[in-house]
Amino acid sequence: MEQPLPSTHSNLSDMDRRNADWYIDKLVQALVFIGGISAIVFILGIFVFITKEGLGFIWETLDIRDYFLSPRWRPTSEFNPTYGAMALFVGTACVTGMAMVVAVPFSLGAAIYIAEFATGRTREVLKILIELLAAIPSVVWGFIGLSIMNGLIIKLFNVPIGLNILNAGLILGLMAAPIMTTIAEDALKAVPDGYREAAEAMGATRWQVVWKVVLPASKNGLISAVLLGVGRGFGETMAVLMASGHAINIPHSVFDSVRALTATIAAELGETAVGSDHYRSLFTLGITLFIITFVINLTADIIVRGRRGS
Amino acid sequence: MFQATSINHHNEAVQKRVKILFGVMTSLLILPVLIILTMLIIRGGPAISWEFLFESPKNGMTAGGIFPALMGTIALVTCALIFSVPLGVASAIYLSEYASDNWMTRLINLAIINLAGVPSIVHALFGVGAFVMFFEFGTSILAASLTLAIMTLPVVIVATRESLQAVPHAFREACWNMGATRWQTIRRVVLPNSISGILTGVILEVSRTAGETAPIMFTGAAFFLPFLPQSIFDQTMALSLHLFVVSTQVPGVPEHIPYGVALLLILLVLVMNSISIAFRMYLRRLKKW
Repeated sequence: MEQPLPSTHSNLSDMDRRNADWYIDKLVQALVFIGGISAIVFILGIFVFITKEGLGFIWETLDIRDYFLSPRWRPTSEFNPTYGAMALFVGTACVTGMAMVVAVPFSLGAAIYIAEFATGRTREVLKILIELLAAIPSVVWGFIGLSIMNGLIIKLFNVPIGLNILNAGLILGLMAAPIMTTIAEDALKAVPDGYREAAEAMGATRWQVVWKVVLPASKNGLISAVLLGVGRGFGETMAVLMASGHAINIPHSVFDSVRALTATIAAELGETAVGSDHYRSLFTLGITLFIITFVINLTADIIVRGRRGS
Repeated sequence: MFQATSINHHNEAVQKRVKILFGVMTSLLILPVLIILTMLIIRGGPAISWEFLFESPKNGMTAGGIFPALMGTIALVTCALIFSVPLGVASAIYLSEYASDNWMTRLINLAIINLAGVPSIVHALFGVGAFVMFFEFGTSILAASLTLAIMTLPVVIVATRESLQAVPHAFREACWNMGATRWQTIRRVVLPNSISGILTGVILEVSRTAGETAPIMFTGAAFFLPFLPQSIFDQTMALSLHLFVVSTQVPGVPEHIPYGVALLLILLVLVMNSISIAFRMYLRRLKKW
């Protein structure tokens, strides 16, 4: 009476659905995966190629102590070239610091206004304006610093040169502010509306809600917005090159000209012989910049993630 | 009934003052830029004419127009898009449709953030080291536009990923249930429903690419060329670099030329961005789900 179970072996080929579509699907998946990892490949490529040019110089010629502690950047000196980048670090730090003094309060204020106070059409228009501001190219900002701000600063403060920390800092602040505003606004928006409603139900005014509830809840997002602004300031090239005065100098006031790391590479790379010590020293500056901005971006990312985790 | 106490009045007053303060801060952020724009239009507007747009620079760039620079920028942007759009869209499709939440995906996201955050001059160094020297493209449109493409890749990836993820998951499930493969679903359902969002991202990238200066300075853009480039292995002039050159490197340029170039560049970028924004708002209204 025992019926044999129907064999699964005979119709195995019917189960096989590997037709042309299946193979195309697998092929596309592979192609798309290559696209997916391209960002990793490129970021590694950037690191490899700039270290390839700069690393030999760091081992053989560069005095690391001097690099960080000496203000004498004289790579073109015939007998005794020195590669002290301290003045460049100080220059970049001063300009970025100045930019943040301008940009942080204003962009956080603007973000709070747009996210929490403005409504309807006003909010839409402000958001669009901020987005358009972020689009202005850095070389145009540099030109504005050179042609408009320069004269303005000379006249207003009665100083001999208008291309200085103040000028570059203001320009950089105006450049970084829209980006910081957008990211900060996103962070504020990420706070659940339930928090606001709960506070308002207790009779809090809009400002009390913002100050006591929304700001503490979005603290990490706001910090990372500021950090990304700092990163942007650190890496800005053309605007700083054109507006900072580009003079190697340890500044004593905001009216002194300085020189930034990025601007040094931009100004000198064109005049160096490929493979020379000067050329490789510029790649060393590039490695330094890469590492600094990488750390800043990583920190900003970790801070935001920390918020999500908790 | 509730009676407003003095504390309530105080709070209301504070609230009003704070609101005004933040409103003023917002306008102080926008106002200087509007003033600067007006100044650019007043000083640069008269410079822009047909001759300015369609003539070569003359007398060591102290006269004439900007035609080769304009053409160069168009060439650079086009080549950069050819490289970055397919790659960026593929990357976004992987992240949105295939990737699961694992260390690999986190690593890719970190790489994208850093690609966008690395200073433009470091991208320039990379372009010199990789494309100009290692792959021996020389200083050429090819090397410059590859550098630009890698630099602006995050713009395409982020915009595309957002518009792909805006397509409801139910659309995909409905398609899978009909027996479609993953790729058929993406091709027939996901991409058609997000193509316009991807386009706004591409327009944004055009505006971003057109304005970049540092990455092309040493990889393919020349200070001055009397002729137009003939192939992608030639150098070219570019609008952004031209602004830098006429405003800092050449003595005796009459004031209206750099103002004209700056105005043109800013208009180009703002128009591109406005189109992208208008497109996006139009789409939001069309949205069926």
